[in-house]
Amino acid sequence: MKAFAALLDALIYTTSRNRKLALVAGYLRTTPDPDRGYALAALTGELDFPAVKASTIRNLMADRVDPVLWTLSRDFVGDTAETASLLWPEGETIEASDVSVAEVVDRLSGLNRNTAPGELAKLLDGLDSNGRFALIKLATGAMRIGVSARLAKTAFAQAFDVNVEEVEEYWHALSPPYAELFHWGADGGDPPDVSNVPRFRPFMLAHPLEDAEVDLADYAAEWKWDGIRVQLVRVAGETRLYSRSGDDISASFPELLDVLPMDAVLDGELLVRGATQGGEAGGAASFNALQQRLGRKTVSKKMLKEAPAFVRLYDALIIEGEDLREQAWEVRRKALENLMPRLPDSHFDLSALVDARDFQHLSEIRDTAREEAIEGLMLKRRDSAYIAGRKVGLWYKWKRDPLLVDCVLMYAQRGSGKRSSFYSDYTFGCWDGDPDAGAELLPVGKAYSGFTDAELKKLDKLVRQTTLNRFGPVREVERTLVFEVAFDSVHTSKRHKSGLAMRFPRIHRIRWDKPVHEADRIEALRSLIKD
Amino acid sequence: MSKSTSFSWIRPEPWGIHIVPADTWVDPGRAVEHALVTHGHADHARGGHGETIATPATLAIMDLRYNTREGATPVEYGETLRLRGGVDATFFPAGHVLGSAQVLLEHAGERVVITGDYKRRPDPTCTPFEVVPCDVFITEATFGLPVFTHPPIAEEMAKLLGALEANPDSCVLVGAYALGKAQRVIAELRAAGHHAPIYLHGAMEKMCRLYEEHGVPLGELRLVSEHEKDDIRGSIVIAPPSALNDRWSRRLPNPITAMASGWMRVRQRARQRGVEIPLIISDHADWNELTRTIAEVNPQETWITHGREEALLRWCELHQRKARALALVGREDEDE
Repeated sequence: MKAFAALLDALIYTTSRNRKLALVAGYLRTTPDPDRGYALAALTGELDFPAVKASTIRNLMADRVDPVLWTLSRDFVGDTAETASLLWPEGETIEASDVSVAEVVDRLSGLNRNTAPGELAKLLDGLDSNGRFALIKLATGAMRIGVSARLAKTAFAQAFDVNVEEVEEYWHALSPPYAELFHWGADGGDPPDVSNVPRFRPFMLAHPLEDAEVDLADYAAEWKWDGIRVQLVRVAGETRLYSRSGDDISASFPELLDVLPMDAVLDGELLVRGATQGGEAGGAASFNALQQRLGRKTVSKKMLKEAPAFVRLYDALIIEGEDLREQAWEVRRKALENLMPRLPDSHFDLSALVDARDFQHLSEIRDTAREEAIEGLMLKRRDSAYIAGRKVGLWYKWKRDPLLVDCVLMYAQRGSGKRSSFYSDYTFGCWDGDPDAGAELLPVGKAYSGFTDAELKKLDKLVRQTTLNRFGPVREVERTLVFEVAFDSVHTSKRHKSGLAMRFPRIHRIRWDKPVHEADRIEALRSLIKD
Repeated sequence: MSKSTSFSWIRPEPWGIHIVPADTWVDPGRAVEHALVTHGHADHARGGHGETIATPATLAIMDLRYNTREGATPVEYGETLRLRGGVDATFFPAGHVLGSAQVLLEHAGERVVITGDYKRRPDPTCTPFEVVPCDVFITEATFGLPVFTHPPIAEEMAKLLGALEANPDSCVLVGAYALGKAQRVIAELRAAGHHAPIYLHGAMEKMCRLYEEHGVPLGELRLVSEHEKDDIRGSIVIAPPSALNDRWSRRLPNPITAMASGWMRVRQRARQRGVEIPLIISDHADWNELTRTIAEVNPQETWITHGREEALLRWCELHQRKARALALVGREDEDE
């Protein structure tokens, strides 16, 4: 555990990607099996100990630390694991011997809700503050240390001088501690046999188009749908659904697991039935509706009936054993079109191409995306193979322009992670009438991005100096500051007093200059609702 | 409470503590006729007062920073000064930085101690804190959260010297507040047996000299600006925290960034500043020192000035101690 804790600490204090890679690679080379496999799984969030929750840690601490002092500390530190590691009462029992990562994983796996607190306490008693931090991070699975799965895979490739795309392909088919992966990478053994596993293939991703223009002779245009990107994989009759990050989300969408009639790997947008996106004919509901279905471990019949999911397909990686990834987009598109009649239209449709005479015309069509409640356009190079990752010049996303509204800062909360202890989460409101005639502000949204570090410092200072009230980690501030807030869309919501919810709100500009009574009214926002 | 005056002759205002009968302000945030200054940090000591009452070292520091010697009234530790309105002020060491003092104010049979900033740990660059019994104890609370426990400084020195040894082709750039922290780090490095020249950012030079003039030996110090990159390889460089990510640091050979501050206890704080080697070294009392000091001073009332006052208030409540928080503005110690 000492080496793992030291690795975590070193990673936290290293900002350079190359040095992070070197740190992880060094650890993987020098640490024995199965510790290094479990560590790798921990870094990439692949370990799950259902008996240990964030609340388990909070409850352990509640028995040991005054609740008010705990809350104040947690609020300042911005991280439960770190706060607990610092506040855990240090006994005399810190063990000289070092417990291995594998042993910790083994002990955590055997826990149930009743035994978890006691066993965790025993483990924590035997560690110093850095060890406790590492243990809690590992046990609760919330690392947040700036190591993406991609970085970990790259580090593996670097450690053992193997191809990272190969690592990625095997990775998703194996489970911790990845004995076969290390056998192959570290010991020069045979590659893992993953032919019969419905595994995830890394997605081809798009860059924002920004201000560039492309020639439509070279690029095809499609709508950019407002759902989530998924990969539907069927191998040897077994179907799985993967999210963009490669997470298996099959359990949340059981209706899609027995409808693909052939083995294939298909790329598309997961949507639920409705009438918002693309009009009646398009048949997809807003993202709001899809969101109700995400992240569920079980799905009720009612939900299946009210918000049935389907996949709007736009690419095919493999069809009936034939790997199309080396083929041009045009070829893959043709193959997909040919496949469509064999797929049930209850669960699949084809993402239509957008026809335009030229780029200017396409730009005009894009301007209608707001009316159609679509996110924007995708531009795909016609002659390009399906290449994992985000290679420049092949795929572009061209989002519709955001909507803007002037709001007034009302509340601020301290951030987490990099922004812990700064007031970096802002709740803002619009007027419910004429501010000069006694109207009030109603909160309409919350944003924590879109400003620079220097602006954050200034905002933090303003919050501290204009605090009216404190509610735990939240401060209510004097109404003095206007934010120009950018957002993608706005929907009705029962959860908020204002009756609406914004999507992707972020601070577009801080209007230090603007008087608060000139901020927008709620009606202005309501008129933009697209449900 | 046994006394009827409720210490009304001491009035905390947003920009300082007013000793009403003497019309004198303690650490005022703006220019006043009579100021009593606990120590030389900018959030406590400002220029432009008619009269400045402080220890000789604090006055020297203020003179260096603000070029003001006019109206200086020096007071030694242990010395009592009679202010107007029948208020006696006695200075006691606070152990924070060179010249730092707590002030005991006595009036109408009541004793009030204002700590300014303080710590309880040994520090080779200043006189240690003394416990002064009083009725009202006005304490700082910069690190007033139980997560703040500063480790023994020897551990942090070992971390720093270890990084230096492991990277002979680099230098370790230590961000340290120019008044107090920088000199303490240098003195502790010397105590840990590091006698090689230490390189300084220009902003450190005068203050280091002032410390040496006040009897704090710091060994061989060199200015970065007077040396080539190659000379600095394998050395420790000390700069103000603001210079860590500044263009200035580009003249250094592959600097590894360290920072000496109590905030380094919190990982994300170190990350926010791009610090690779966090050194948990503070000139403020940590949580245990704060609570231990309140218990030892054992006042009737504890008033808490700047910092994380909520947690210390809670601790006082849990220990049945009467306490209140004062809302003083402009006290920020982000670079502590």
